[in-house]
Formats: sequence, structure tokens, C-alpha cells
Amino acid sequence: MSQQSVLYDIPGPRQRRVTLISSLIAAVVVLVGAYLFIYRPLADKGQFSMELWGPLVDPSNENFSLVWDRIGFGLKNTLIAAALAIVSSLVVGTLLAVLRIQLKSLTRRRFTGAAAPVAYLLRGLSWVLAAVTRVCVEVFRGLPVVITIFFVARGFPEFGASFDNLWYLVIGLTIYNSVVIAEILRSGMEGLPGGQAEAASAIGLSPFQTTGLILLPQAFRIMLPALISQLVVVLKDTSLGFIISYEETLNIGKQIIGVLGNPIQVYVVIAVLFIAINYSLSKLAQYVQRRLAQGRKTAGTPAQPLPPAALASQAESTGGPV
Amino acid sequence: MNVLIDKFDVFAGGFWLTLQICVLAAIGALILGAVVAVLRISPVPPLRAVGTTYVNVFRNLPLTVVLFFAAFGLPALGSNADFLRIPGLDSIFSRLGTDLPYFRFGTIALVLYTAAFVCEALRSGVNAVPAGQAEAARSLGLTFGQNLRHVVLPQSWKASVVPLGSVIIAMIKNSALVGFFGVVGDLSQTADQLTSAGGYPFIPVAIGISVGYLIMTVPLGALLDRIEKRQAVAR
Repeated sequence: MSQQSVLYDIPGPRQRRVTLISSLIAAVVVLVGAYLFIYRPLADKGQFSMELWGPLVDPSNENFSLVWDRIGFGLKNTLIAAALAIVSSLVVGTLLAVLRIQLKSLTRRRFTGAAAPVAYLLRGLSWVLAAVTRVCVEVFRGLPVVITIFFVARGFPEFGASFDNLWYLVIGLTIYNSVVIAEILRSGMEGLPGGQAEAASAIGLSPFQTTGLILLPQAFRIMLPALISQLVVVLKDTSLGFIISYEETLNIGKQIIGVLGNPIQVYVVIAVLFIAINYSLSKLAQYVQRRLAQGRKTAGTPAQPLPPAALASQAESTGGPV
Repeated sequence: MNVLIDKFDVFAGGFWLTLQICVLAAIGALILGAVVAVLRISPVPPLRAVGTTYVNVFRNLPLTVVLFFAAFGLPALGSNADFLRIPGLDSIFSRLGTDLPYFRFGTIALVLYTAAFVCEALRSGVNAVPAGQAEAARSLGLTFGQNLRHVVLPQSWKASVVPLGSVIIAMIKNSALVGFFGVVGDLSQTADQLTSAGGYPFIPVAIGISVGYLIMTVPLGALLDRIEKRQAVAR
């Protein structure tokens, strides 16, 4: 952000005039283009008629309350699925992150107290467990979340565990997002200065206590913006519920279109709804980030740059799927 | 497990089609994303506003909605994305030239959606260049364009490789959605076809499809991890 003011000087009067004139010309060109290539074709096809828009924007229309009742129902379902998925993936993700950190420190231990065969066995076991969790993380992080949801919805009934569609969606989202959250938290913990863990073990905390009392709370704090933007991702991902015919906003939209036959109008409304909700969530993330930066400055400690791993995982979670 | 051997050509075809969409969409998204990134850091306020709006809109929309707009909106505008039928290119990517436009629609939606994230990745790279560098360039009298071209962009490239890679990985995973929007024969549509309509056992199909995606995503992720570690040491 700070970069932008450095890349060019503050524009003077001449530059401002040139900017103003050229933007006016460009605006006219864009408006004409939008009229010719977007408005005209749509109007020719009658896409602006009240017959199509009425049920969505005109309160006196007979279908208005019915349509919005349905959309409200869909939004409620979206939010329920998102809330459940967020809570469960936070819980599972935290557990997974702690597990991976513990396993990593276990693989370094030599179990000198135990007899030689037992020690080798324990070391081998911790290696295998670490490798298994690593593979799980890589696989579930590498699979598209659509495919995960699809497999959950197809696979669970095959093994005799059939639930509501809501639970397939939540399970699928949890599998994917808990892995991502675990990686965010893990890179947060590994990015902390090494002295933190050393000090903790110097005052006699066990590795488990060190993680739970010292590392994890700090990782949550550093990674809070990344975690919040992951929430946006979860909310957006719930729209994949339509694949397993869970009745979330998009699916309800499809049903409305099936009756009223106005796809463009319904999708415009749904798009606006999604943008409004997600935009306010990402604003919240920015606000939290700013508050955190302030908190660090007033605490008297120099604001530490995030570790590169943390930055990357942040970028990943904002650039995350769907 | 027989389905994996019997239907190997179906899996391979699905993998090939997904790969084609990903390559095309990655190229398009990198170009469009770079344009939007330049808009967002340019000195002209209206251009900045355009770039910011673009990013905010596409970052907050589910890709599903973008795909719906590509599949419903473009035909309503009287276009079936014919402009993507570039002679020469459609002989390599044969699906570009076919009359069923869903391949092109899917590619357009992926490009539009991913470009917003590419823009943010590039911008984070620009922000990673120390401010003193740009200041020095300014005080030497370089203009905005020269500053960007000779000083800032070459350095920001290094910092944005890792986030850009993450964006591309995310895009490969997102490409699974196009199979549910009329693109016939890609990996995710193959999964649907073989398990629901084909009646093949579930687990082998799941394994085949998963391997198809993991071939693309895991090595890329491992490569990024290595680059990231090297950069961390270099600092």
C-alpha cells in the first residue's frame, strides 16, 4: 500500500486536468460501448421488462413476497451450512495443526529412556504417523473441494451412512477447509521466534503445554486476518451445495428460474447478495488486521514482519478456491 | 479396480481436457490480472477505481455465479464466445473450435475469476519491494512507467512467484466446476458419468479422479514450497 504513493508524484494542476479530460472521454466511450454491446442486446431480448424483474424488485408484484421468502430461506440455509462448516473446520483444523506440530517434535525425540527396540519402535511409529498426516494434508489440499463434496455425497451412502444433504456439504467443506486452516495455524506457529518455545520449555512446560499455552494463541492472533478471509472462502464454497442439491441460495435461485424463467435477473440479485455479504466480511478482516497492527505498535515491541510462509498461506487463503 | 484399467482412456481424456482448460485459463488470467494490477497501481484515480471494483466484485462472487453468467449472460448478449476461436490455437486446443460453446464459456469464467486473485498476488509482490528503491528511482527522475519497468517490476516478480503459484493451484482446483456446467468429458464430469450413469463402483473411480487432480496440484505445491524455502534463506 505504502508503495503506491512512492511510484509517482502527487499530480500537479496540469496532470490533474489531463487526467480529468481523459477520464471523461474514456467514461463516454465506456458508456456508449455498454449501451451498444450490453444494454441494446439485452433490451432487444426484452431482458429489462417488468415481467422478468417485477417478482424481484416490485413489492406490489404478486410473486414478490413468495420469491423473497424463498431467497431468504436459501440464504438462511447458506449461512447455516457456512456456520457449521466454519466451526467444525476451525476445531478440526486446530487439532490437526497441534497434532502435526507434536508429531514433528516427536520424530526428533530419541526416546533414550526406553530399551533400544522399544525406542526404535516408537521412533518408527512417530515417523509413520507424521508421514500419514502429511499425506492426508497434501491429498485433501490438492483435491478440488467440489470433488471432495461430490465424493462425500456419493461415498458415504455407499458405506451405509446416509445423512441430510446439509451434512454432506458440511463434511466436504470441513475436510477441505480444516486442512487449509491447519496449515495456516501451523505456519503461524513455525513462524514464531524460536525463543518462545525455548523459554516455555526452560520454565518446564511440556511440548504439549508449550503448543497449547504459548504457540497456538499467538498463531491465532497473527493469522486472524488469514483465518477471516478463509471464512469468506467457506461462505462462497457453500454455493457448491447445488451439486448435491442442498437447498442453498444458488439452488433456490435455480428453482425460481425454473418457475419464472428469468435467469439473468435472479443471478444478478444473488450476485449482489453474495458481494454484499463477502465484501463486509473482507472489510472486517482488514479492520482486524489494522487493529492488530496498532496493538503491536502500542505494546512497545517493534512490529514484526510476517514470516514468508505466513504471507504465502495468507495469499493462498485469499486466492483460495471458488 | 477393473474400471481403472478398462476406462483408462476415459480418465486420461478427462485429465487431458482439464489440463487444456487450465493452461488456457492460466494464460488468460495472468494477462488480464497483470492489466488489472497495473490499473490498480496507476497514478490515474479513475483507472484505480476500475481496478479496485473489478477485484472486489470477482473476489466476492462464488465462481459458480460467474460460470452461470458466462453460460447465460453471454448468449443473452448475443455472443457464444466466438472470439476465442483463434485460428491455429483451436487446432491445438480442439475444443475451442467446436460448436458447443461451454468449453469457451468455462474458460472465460475461470479467466475472469482468477484474474482478480492474480492481480492481488502481483500487487503483493509490488508491495514487497522496499520503498527506498522506488524513492531512489523517483529521485533519479524516472517516470512512473520507467520506474515500474526497470526498478519495481523486476524485483516484485520474485516476491510474487509463490502467491501466484498458489493462485494457479487454486485455479486448477476450481476448474473442476466447469464439468458441472456443461463441459463434457473433463475429470469432474467423468466422475459423475462413471458413478451415476455408468454404474461403476465408487472407490476406484474416486481414486482415478483424485490421482488426475493430484498429478497437477501436488508437484506444483511442492515446487512452490522449495522456492519459498530458498527465498526465506536468501533473506
